[in-house]
Amino acid sequence: MHKLLTNEPGADMLLLGNESIARGAIEAGVAFATSYPGTPSSEISLNFFQISKESDLYFEYSINEKVSLEVAAAAANSGVRSMCIMKHVGMNVAADTLMTLAYVGTKAGLVILTADDPFMFSSQNEQDNRYYGKLSGLPILEPSSVAEAKEMTAAAFALSEALQEPVILRTTTRINHSTAVVRLGEIKERKTKGDFQKDPFNYVTVPAVSRKLHVKLLNNIRKAETLSDHSPYNIVQGSGKFGIICNGVSYNYVQDAVSELNLTDQVKILRIGFSHPMPEKTIKAFLKDCTRALVVEEGEPYMEEAVKAFSQEAGLILPIAGKGDKLFSRLFEYDPAMVRKNIAAYFDIPYKPTQAVDISNIPEIPQRPPNLCAGCSHRATFYAIKQATKGMETIYPTDIGCYTLGFLPPLSMGDFLICMGSSAGTSCGFSQVTDKKVIALIGDSTFFHSGISGLINAVFNNHDFTLVILDNRTTAMTGHQPNPGVDMNELNYEGYNPVSIEKLVSSLGVGHVSVIRPYNLKKSISAIKEAIEYTGVSVVIAKEKCTLYAKSLKQLKGRPFYVTDKCKNHRDCINELACPAFFIQDEKVKINPSLCVGCAVCAQVCPENAILPIKKEG
Amino acid sequence: MDVTRLIIVAVGGQGNLLASKVLGEAALLSGVPVRMSEIHGMAQRGGVVESAIVFGNAESTIISNGEADLLVSFEPSETLRALNRCNKKSVVITNLSPLPPFTVTIGRGTYPDLEQAQKLIREKTARLIAFDAVQLATRAGDVMAVNMVLLGALAQTRIIPLSTENVKTAIQTRTKKAFVDINLKAFQLGYEAAEKEN
Repeated sequence: MHKLLTNEPGADMLLLGNESIARGAIEAGVAFATSYPGTPSSEISLNFFQISKESDLYFEYSINEKVSLEVAAAAANSGVRSMCIMKHVGMNVAADTLMTLAYVGTKAGLVILTADDPFMFSSQNEQDNRYYGKLSGLPILEPSSVAEAKEMTAAAFALSEALQEPVILRTTTRINHSTAVVRLGEIKERKTKGDFQKDPFNYVTVPAVSRKLHVKLLNNIRKAETLSDHSPYNIVQGSGKFGIICNGVSYNYVQDAVSELNLTDQVKILRIGFSHPMPEKTIKAFLKDCTRALVVEEGEPYMEEAVKAFSQEAGLILPIAGKGDKLFSRLFEYDPAMVRKNIAAYFDIPYKPTQAVDISNIPEIPQRPPNLCAGCSHRATFYAIKQATKGMETIYPTDIGCYTLGFLPPLSMGDFLICMGSSAGTSCGFSQVTDKKVIALIGDSTFFHSGISGLINAVFNNHDFTLVILDNRTTAMTGHQPNPGVDMNELNYEGYNPVSIEKLVSSLGVGHVSVIRPYNLKKSISAIKEAIEYTGVSVVIAKEKCTLYAKSLKQLKGRPFYVTDKCKNHRDCINELACPAFFIQDEKVKINPSLCVGCAVCAQVCPENAILPIKKEG
Repeated sequence: MDVTRLIIVAVGGQGNLLASKVLGEAALLSGVPVRMSEIHGMAQRGGVVESAIVFGNAESTIISNGEADLLVSFEPSETLRALNRCNKKSVVITNLSPLPPFTVTIGRGTYPDLEQAQKLIREKTARLIAFDAVQLATRAGDVMAVNMVLLGALAQTRIIPLSTENVKTAIQTRTKKAFVDINLKAFQLGYEAAEKEN
């Protein structure tokens, strides 16, 4: 049985933040969940996917966040408790749905999880999604700990039903990827079937209906304001003339700092866990007997702006600070020492920080950048593109996935990247206004997610570029989640219909479509050349299973290679491919047989044909 | 309860996350408050994996620079890279068997000299326990048991508030059955290695 289905109320379990969130939803009787995978939220979806295979929970990996939210919105409006999980930037994709879904509302609880990523551990930006609460009018809950994440997830369903509105559950990486002890609660029975009652004058958002629905939304926001003011998640603790208002993980750093600086009788803390709408009365009452207040929040001054406005309304004149040159930054993650230092500085408390060891005389340490895996087919495709475009002036718009790493030397494949799917869209613009050859790079999952619309645009508007779809048969970067192109039978899952990228692309009217097996360099190079020579939109599908995925399916059959005495140390293999299976020993190139997967790409690159497969023993 | 802050650094694939999990489970068994966090962005692709484990009465799950009581490192160059997490009172436990990054293996970077590295760490911190954990793991029966060797050394220092017995129980219940014996042997060898370093 899946560990998150453990039916032992009162038992303690060590859980990852993302497991705790999934468990909270299970305890709340979530019956329907949808997601497009994205770190730092991925493990929530993964757990739901696993649980759905052994229970009546429905879970799907949807094609993108917008569709994912629509699928969940319909289920919730049919009376089934639903959850939709995404990373912060996924919310941008789902925003069109979100904004008007707020007008429509929901029948059963609908919780939308957005996992923000301060410091951008695995993201292209560090946007603060609390503003989506303000923008859409929807309530936001923000946990501060792993244990609270479970409680709040369950509470979010109840809140959603009380207001008949979706609730945004907003986390940051340090909640998702922290681990702590969580006490299990009772699991509510799942109600998996619902019914949709027709009510077009409340559900069909034509202008006349929406005018009415916007009034309803504003009424709901007023109700939410009252709930926020009485929420057990907006808590005041301690007493003193100094006030600190904080949220999320900052609350942990503030608590630790206040106790380490011995300020418990001088500082009171207001932790905001229900952050949209902000609890106006609570904040005004909190500020009233403070002489100075500090707002501690990662990201944007979301709370600070509200707190200052409330203070002005209440006629209070105390100094309130948060973001500033000498205080907190809008950048990156906070940490306990930094919060401690700023609290001490702002409230004039003497404080001597612990000195970290002096590292000025430590020798330079070689970097350890992430690299495409040994035998990764993307490396082969990149090499083939490079050979096919020799002497040409090129632009390589790239996209989001493992292959983004190809932008690093020596492959240097990747010139422009904004967001999921942007390779196809930006190629339209580049090819129109420059005379350079444009070759776009996109993975299979990202192509389905949002690359396809850029490609259709290119066909209709008659742009001239080549889209290379790096089809490694899975969503590799986030941990091998399925996408619409994946053969689910290989994973022993029935009831799916894989979509053929080749048929799809051909049916769009792309003038030149070819499929290559990237490990075969000669054929690949000539196919890419042909595609590039074609005037108009051409697509090359580079099809080869991700080696890690193939390994997990026990499909890796290749024998490792070795470098024979014929090697004359040209080092083209290392200089052009930089496969991590290579190493240098006694000035000679060697191959680590435990890393080599036998893709044979280096053997084709070697000018001396000096790289051969290791012979089978016996 | 006093707070003990432990940082574990490793290269992706060395089993850092399992080691952290074992310590977390051991803390749960011991009734010791524990909070952990991990950063493993691109671990599968050869990057660095870092875990922070905070035992005792603290709310934070991360550890600031200079504030680790203990640094356990699975790879010697990563020990140096993480040294700014330590202060002069910190104890450092490191494996001495290098796993050079690709830049070094292809001759485009220099791997730090291990003798000099140990000398520097000794000068800057309270104590260094350094030995070849790969060799001990191999002796225990599996080169992959480096994580358990280092857990053994960690337990020997008695700096973390967990009993050796509870860590062993967590190894028995939380690591794969087929590897439990090897893991316990690796743990023991690491424990003894740290004793010798005293």
